[in-house]
Amino acid sequence: MSNSFVELNNVRLRYSEGDDLALETTNMKINKGEFIAVVGPSGCGKSSLLKLVSGLMPPSEGTVIVDNKEVSGPLKIVGMAFQNPTLLPWRTTLDNVLLPMEIVKPHRNRLRKHRAEYEDRARKLLASVGLAGHEDKYPWELSGGMQQRASLCRSLIHEPDLLMLDEPFGALDAFTREELWDILQNLWMVRPFTVILVTHDLREAAYLADTIYVMSKRPGMILVQRENTLPRPRDQETTFTQPFTDLVHELRSHIRDVRAA
Amino acid sequence: MAKKKDFAKATPWLSAIGLFVLWELIVRIFNIPVYVLPTPSESIMVGWEFRAAIWMHALQTLYTTLAGFAIAVVFGVILGALVGSSKAVYDAANPLLVGFNSVPKVALVPVLVMWFGIGTVPAIITAFLISFFPIVVNVATGLATLEPELRDVLRSLGATRRDILVKVGFPRAMPYFFASLKVAITLAFVGSVISETVASNLGVGYLMLSASSKFNMPLVFAGLLVIAVMGIAMYELFNIIERRSTKWANRGNPAN
Repeated sequence: MSNSFVELNNVRLRYSEGDDLALETTNMKINKGEFIAVVGPSGCGKSSLLKLVSGLMPPSEGTVIVDNKEVSGPLKIVGMAFQNPTLLPWRTTLDNVLLPMEIVKPHRNRLRKHRAEYEDRARKLLASVGLAGHEDKYPWELSGGMQQRASLCRSLIHEPDLLMLDEPFGALDAFTREELWDILQNLWMVRPFTVILVTHDLREAAYLADTIYVMSKRPGMILVQRENTLPRPRDQETTFTQPFTDLVHELRSHIRDVRAA
Repeated sequence: MAKKKDFAKATPWLSAIGLFVLWELIVRIFNIPVYVLPTPSESIMVGWEFRAAIWMHALQTLYTTLAGFAIAVVFGVILGALVGSSKAVYDAANPLLVGFNSVPKVALVPVLVMWFGIGTVPAIITAFLISFFPIVVNVATGLATLEPELRDVLRSLGATRRDILVKVGFPRAMPYFFASLKVAITLAFVGSVISETVASNLGVGYLMLSASSKFNMPLVFAGLLVIAVMGIAMYELFNIIERRSTKWANRGNPAN
């Protein structure tokens, strides 16, 4: 028994037999409720890491342990959001957010009878990310930032213990992106869940994460594990303070080394 | 604005009338004999004269076409769902489907006649055989082009294959499906008329064949016009159904 929530033990990954390694021996320990960020050059296997932890892809060697159980198939408790919001265009925003409830047990069996209760929950969540009044709009009637907020709601509505974010704010403009950092931080501070954020934005990692992992070029491996003890809640002012800029600089120099290697 | 809109609405009618006028003029100016190319006015008048016979044969053609088309929809959706949701079925079925689709269906009619005799049954089967392919391909495409991220989102919630198919696959494939119906219904007319022409004593295809053997070219063209009108009517019907049922896919087009 260990007290970490997610554990990677000597995990290696190749996409198919005989291929080069996509992920070199990786060890990670993530505590319950910890917010971690993984940064690294593109193609370094950051996204594969998410698939390994969520059980969508089995490791070639080593073990992945989540909640003291070895992962052998897709976990059923994970929320996911990607750079592409992937909302369903034939559903309203509210129905999109409720999609996980139609799949996750025990909600899927309760949804029909307790529809109003679930809708209420979805509306509250949407309101907390600033989407009140947009529940009945279709995704294409929303801006990119609003779609990403809705996507975030969809990944959180079933209150998952584990949230996987794969460059979720990558396609947004700088102002919207920073607004969404605050929204995500707020949601996480209200009800801490374990977050694995994959990003190439170093400021984003420094703003949001408790621990930042820097990965090498392919085959990806973790080069640096950096604790981030900046006080929370972090806000716009934080980003102008010396410790924040120092941290970003430090991360930047790691990345520079990685790219030069 | 209102005038512009009225004009846009009238364009299909204007172009059709224009074509008829041009056709009429060419035949009259160049004095083309009626057994080569009758004028549209003659064709329509003869068509009116034989309206009882045309009505009966048109109903037969419509019946065989729709019956064949209905079988094609059921078969196409089932096969398309299998092909689109399983890589193994796709690999196994694809060469067969493509090969089968390359066979000219008119070549199959004699075979069908040997099996089922002449008349209604081979016409229905030919209409079915010629029209199911686009439905299979489109349904399969709609299902197979599901975004991998969306599949990951659903699988990490514990969704079964069936969940993914019902919640995302089928709704997503709907626009593809309806688009294929428009193609399939016009192909079904081709199939039934081919079969009627080769092996039947009923239907517009048969009417045209027997009219041409009596050198009644205006009646042949009247038959062609009837088929064209039925084809357009069915196409429009499925066009309307498509727009009603998949509004979300036509976003950004206020005309819908």
